[in-house]
Amino acid sequence: MSQTANSRRDFLKTGSIAVLASILAPHMVLAEEADVKAALDKLYSGKTMAAGKIKLDLPQIAENGLVVPVGIDVESPMTDADYVKAVHIFADGNPLPNVISYRFTPDCGKASASARMRLAKTQNILAVAEMSNGQLFTAKQEVKVTIGGCGG
Amino acid sequence: MISRREFLQASAAASAIAAASGLGPLGRAAAQQKLSQADILRFDPLGSLTIVHVTDIHAQLVPLYFREPEINLGVGDDRGRPPHLTGQQFRDYFKIASGSADDYALTYSDFQSLAKNYGRMGGMDRIATVIESIRAERGVNNVLLLDGGDTWQGSWTALKTNGQDMVDVMSALKVDAMTSHWEFTLGAERVKEIADKAPFAFLAQNIRSAEWQEPVFKARQTYERGGAKVAVIGQAFPRTPVSNPRWMIPDWEFGIREAELAKEVETARSEGADVVVLLSHNGFDVDRKLASRVKGIDVILTAHTHDAMPGVLRVGDSILIATGSHGKFVSRLDLDIRDKKVAGFRYKLIPIFSDAIKPDAAMQAMVKKIRAPFEKELGRELGRTESLLYRRGNFNGTYDDLICNAMLKERDAEISLSPGFRWGGTLLPGDPITFESLSNATAMSYPACYRMEMSGRQIAEILEDVADNIFHPDPYFQGGGDMVRVGGMGYSIDVSKPMNSRITGMALLKTGQPIDPARNYVVAGWASVNENVLGPPVWEVVSKHLADVKTVKLEPNTSVKVSGA
Repeated sequence: MSQTANSRRDFLKTGSIAVLASILAPHMVLAEEADVKAALDKLYSGKTMAAGKIKLDLPQIAENGLVVPVGIDVESPMTDADYVKAVHIFADGNPLPNVISYRFTPDCGKASASARMRLAKTQNILAVAEMSNGQLFTAKQEVKVTIGGCGG
Repeated sequence: MISRREFLQASAAASAIAAASGLGPLGRAAAQQKLSQADILRFDPLGSLTIVHVTDIHAQLVPLYFREPEINLGVGDDRGRPPHLTGQQFRDYFKIASGSADDYALTYSDFQSLAKNYGRMGGMDRIATVIESIRAERGVNNVLLLDGGDTWQGSWTALKTNGQDMVDVMSALKVDAMTSHWEFTLGAERVKEIADKAPFAFLAQNIRSAEWQEPVFKARQTYERGGAKVAVIGQAFPRTPVSNPRWMIPDWEFGIREAELAKEVETARSEGADVVVLLSHNGFDVDRKLASRVKGIDVILTAHTHDAMPGVLRVGDSILIATGSHGKFVSRLDLDIRDKKVAGFRYKLIPIFSDAIKPDAAMQAMVKKIRAPFEKELGRELGRTESLLYRRGNFNGTYDDLICNAMLKERDAEISLSPGFRWGGTLLPGDPITFESLSNATAMSYPACYRMEMSGRQIAEILEDVADNIFHPDPYFQGGGDMVRVGGMGYSIDVSKPMNSRITGMALLKTGQPIDPARNYVVAGWASVNENVLGPPVWEVVSKHLADVKTVKLEPNTSVKVSGA
């Protein structure tokens, strides 16, 4: 994990992106992988997705499941002809799998952002980037949420 | 599996004897029962720079017994490789004679009788003698003294003085830099207060403020020693907020932070460093993996997992050193620096046999002064033991058996849980159990002994979670420490399985009944990482138990069945 002070400040400067972080209530039914698939189908019904272009910045182990840092960075010239339109982040072990949706314009200059999300348990995080030409790119990583304790 | 030749190539450069015994001529002298300070310190110097490493002292001011583990399993790539060797395997690998002083210092075998021969180890006054002798031989400006952390916690005096006793001792030793782990259990404010005032550098490249991801401590310090520019980068224990109470350091985030570390190494080089040293508290297996991924580190001084190895391990161009714990050892590494490169090195793990090494008078007086206000409490006899009491081992230790039994009785619980800490000394059969010995195994800042109900499912989840922290095949997922100790129940564990399928056969010992996932059990335990935990400090619970039973005699613990190793 390598969130730098810069990337967070940059994130705050790029005000033109929308963040929809889900707020979780306890005792909710957790999402399954099927729910993530359903959410994806709703957005991009059955379109092919390729791995790559999008860098997902996550800890391997969450220090605090309540506020897990998540950063994304998508490779793109961000010109009117070729830019990143949106990035969606899904957590397959959360009650509501769609954790964050970012929307970008060429004026953003770069398609990178970071935020904090709450994770209910150890699970996979999936990020999907939608390019202006309609292509879709994904990245996936597991984040371990541990009970903690002990230690040498 | 790497060959012994690869492992000991450092010593081979020194002398045939050193290569054969690891500890040099000591083995022979010890076999003749004539340990002398000169034998222990003998070293054929090399180059002009010496790095001296101490670590995981756990606030042990005076000599003690400390038995190394009988079971210390490695998993994944680390299976069967040093430092995951014990007993005969350890002796075979390092060519150590059975019953020798090296054997006593480095393995569990025949501990009871060898302890009587060779005596207690460690003591800050003896460590001071060794360090001063190296400085006298090499010249003060050619020696760099580095402390790997877990220094300010582990004794009653450290707890009562908020770590000040150890800060004073390490300042008097003229430590150049330290990094840390248990230090953080004194709380963020106290750590900052000490770090800001101390004469040594408090280094940690991998701690950031939660809000702005800004560095909390200095990452790196450069020293001019032995005609070389030596850059030291600190690496605090990456999982401190998971393993220890996060509420004590609420605004700080840790992690390994490989990319940032690589940047520090690069910057150090570009600023003219001849040697780059990582003063690490990652744990040995984490450092071995890290060394294969982050290039340009000449020396990694490992810590946390309490491994002691009488030889270095090389990973690529990096030299890894493991100095042990509790003040039992001091590492000396001589480096020959040529053309901004390490052209050669020579290493010795110096065992601190307290009966053979003369105490440094000034440090002896300082330790005496520190302990004086607590001497009466420390010496209080709580009971006696007829069994060998020790901590280390992946699944149980007899000192923890005693603590678990005390919690079951005094807190009227069906099951007790004691954390798998690797700190705490050893007592020999016939020894009095003093409050000092008990506090060496329990003194810390969140000692409340809770009593609560947990479902069988929750207990299973705890065992699986802790097991995954130890036996995950990827070292970056390992937290160090040993398996949580259990009282009143048993289980089977297959260490080769993935998470949530390692633990089976959980049963209550009293009845033999399987643990029912749906039923609630009364559980007593201590060292919870949660805030506002209620209950008496665990040392009070054990003291009361000892007042009742007076003499401790433990049956062999067979409650954990291990497979897949």
